[in-house]
Amino acid sequence: MNLSKILKNALLILVASLVLTACATKKTTTGQLQGDVYTGSDSVEYLASGVPDRVFFATNETVLTTASRETLRKQAAWLRKNSDINVVLEGHADERGTREYNLALGERRANSAKDYLMTYGISSDRISVLSYGKEKPIDSGSNPLAWSKNRRSVTVKAN
Amino acid sequence: MLFRYLVILLILLPIKVFALIEVDITRGNLNPLPVAVSPLAIDKKSKENFKKILKKINLGLEISKIVENNLRQSGLFNPLNKEAFLQKPDIANLKPRFEDWNLIKAQALVTGKVTFVDEKLRVEFRLWDVLAGKEMMALAFTTVPSNWRRVGHIITDKVYERLTGEKGYFDTRIIYISEEGPKTNRIKKLAIMDQDGFNNKFLTLGNELVLTPRFSPTNQMVTYLSYFRNLPRVYLLDIETGMQEVVGDFPGMTFAPRFSPDGKKIIMSFAKDGNSDIYTMDLENRIVERISNHPSIDTSPSYSPDGKYITFNSDRSGYQQIYIMSSNGKNVKRISFGNGLYGTPVWSPRGDLIAFTKLHKGKFYIGVMRTDGTGERLLTENFYQEAPSWSPNGRVLIFYRETKTNSKGEGFSAKLWSIDLTGYNEKMVETETDASDPSWSSLLSN
Repeated sequence: MNLSKILKNALLILVASLVLTACATKKTTTGQLQGDVYTGSDSVEYLASGVPDRVFFATNETVLTTASRETLRKQAAWLRKNSDINVVLEGHADERGTREYNLALGERRANSAKDYLMTYGISSDRISVLSYGKEKPIDSGSNPLAWSKNRRSVTVKAN
Repeated sequence: MLFRYLVILLILLPIKVFALIEVDITRGNLNPLPVAVSPLAIDKKSKENFKKILKKINLGLEISKIVENNLRQSGLFNPLNKEAFLQKPDIANLKPRFEDWNLIKAQALVTGKVTFVDEKLRVEFRLWDVLAGKEMMALAFTTVPSNWRRVGHIITDKVYERLTGEKGYFDTRIIYISEEGPKTNRIKKLAIMDQDGFNNKFLTLGNELVLTPRFSPTNQMVTYLSYFRNLPRVYLLDIETGMQEVVGDFPGMTFAPRFSPDGKKIIMSFAKDGNSDIYTMDLENRIVERISNHPSIDTSPSYSPDGKYITFNSDRSGYQQIYIMSSNGKNVKRISFGNGLYGTPVWSPRGDLIAFTKLHKGKFYIGVMRTDGTGERLLTENFYQEAPSWSPNGRVLIFYRETKTNSKGEGFSAKLWSIDLTGYNEKMVETETDASDPSWSSLLSN
């Protein structure tokens, strides 16, 4: 194997590893986003100490992420302890969709949170659902980070 | 033999008259027709009376300005500067000196006269073909003086119809959502205005969120979504009496309402347990019928003008697409197959096209396609725009557009825009406040 061939192979490996890291960084992205799901704490409020009030969704998605399920399990535990409290799940969408479809999407997001709370023993009588579609953004920005904060289901005390 | 000759002559004569100036509205008009709209003549006594009642110094001039503005906005006409007019309004209305109008390059001329008769406003107007030196149309009508702006719109409708061969859309109103305040805390009110932005009126106070108003076919009622008491429900409002009632009071959310073409039903989405389907409610007997039944989101339903079909938005394929089905919910067929997401389908009043919003690669488009999904044409592209609504003659679409905010989240606005079916003549529609969700009425007078 001559030198140029070695160099060529080395270069190929270098390029390949660069491509791989590029892919890896693209998947996790910077700080507050995983994929395009918001993972930061800005705008998050707490129902009780250690119980975040909201979960976030990917664009056009209603599936709960691992982090969202953990948040909802905490909410369920808190609701079991405070059986006199009822909640409203407010479902939201970002501004990148038509108004009517987003109303339906917000409703679906809040319901996927509701279903999860119910599997952890919270009676459906204690949970109501309210979709705001894209009508009540928490962040007024027109950028991916702002949109990720707005795609959410927020658990609000009803009484 | 003579009799036969006469019959032929009678048939031929009107055809000959129709062969005067014609404006082709099927393509973008790069050479709008030069038209002179003479101030309507007004006698001294009528002038005084109208001045007293309407606070307008010269009602004849004011009405002609409405006509002029409408014609200009249509993009098909080029109203000429009144200062160049050589002939006085009263004489022009009797017998125009066509050489004078020809000199300023007018091809069509509108003249007329307003008089105050028995506390009423009487209008007569004429449309002239300047090159042929002929009268094309003469009409007169009487109304209450407070209708003076509508008089201008009706004249425009008649002129437009005579010159293009299609009904006008000027004596119409727009119902829309007025918006104020920061993006994160918008105050929204139901509002109504004339097609040209005048006579704006708020119909709700802004205490609760209201969205997506739509006219009934007779324009007396509006159906819309209200968050009254935080219960999103479809409501009905009588514009004249201000009476409101909830029509979609189901245990869930009702939204995306529209009237059926006969005005007897409301079609809407009903969302419950994470699933939105399409329902109708008969306004007379309140019988509710489920039209679509699918675990996906089905929303934004809109009837065909004959009431036989419904176009709607569904994500049953995985993403938002446009579908049509029979009005009983059978024979569901997907019609949008281009790249991107499709929403807000609305059937044209002419029946041949469906207007929609398309989202592709981060841009929003307003477009049209045939009812079988072929012939997709995108009319306008922007950062965000949606919700087209047809003019009653199916020639113009009105929609709303939102601006992108800067890095600090500032600079948000929402405005109404209109565009011709040809893709030309895109224009912002002036409103007192920010505005969204426009819905165009049918012609108020027919």
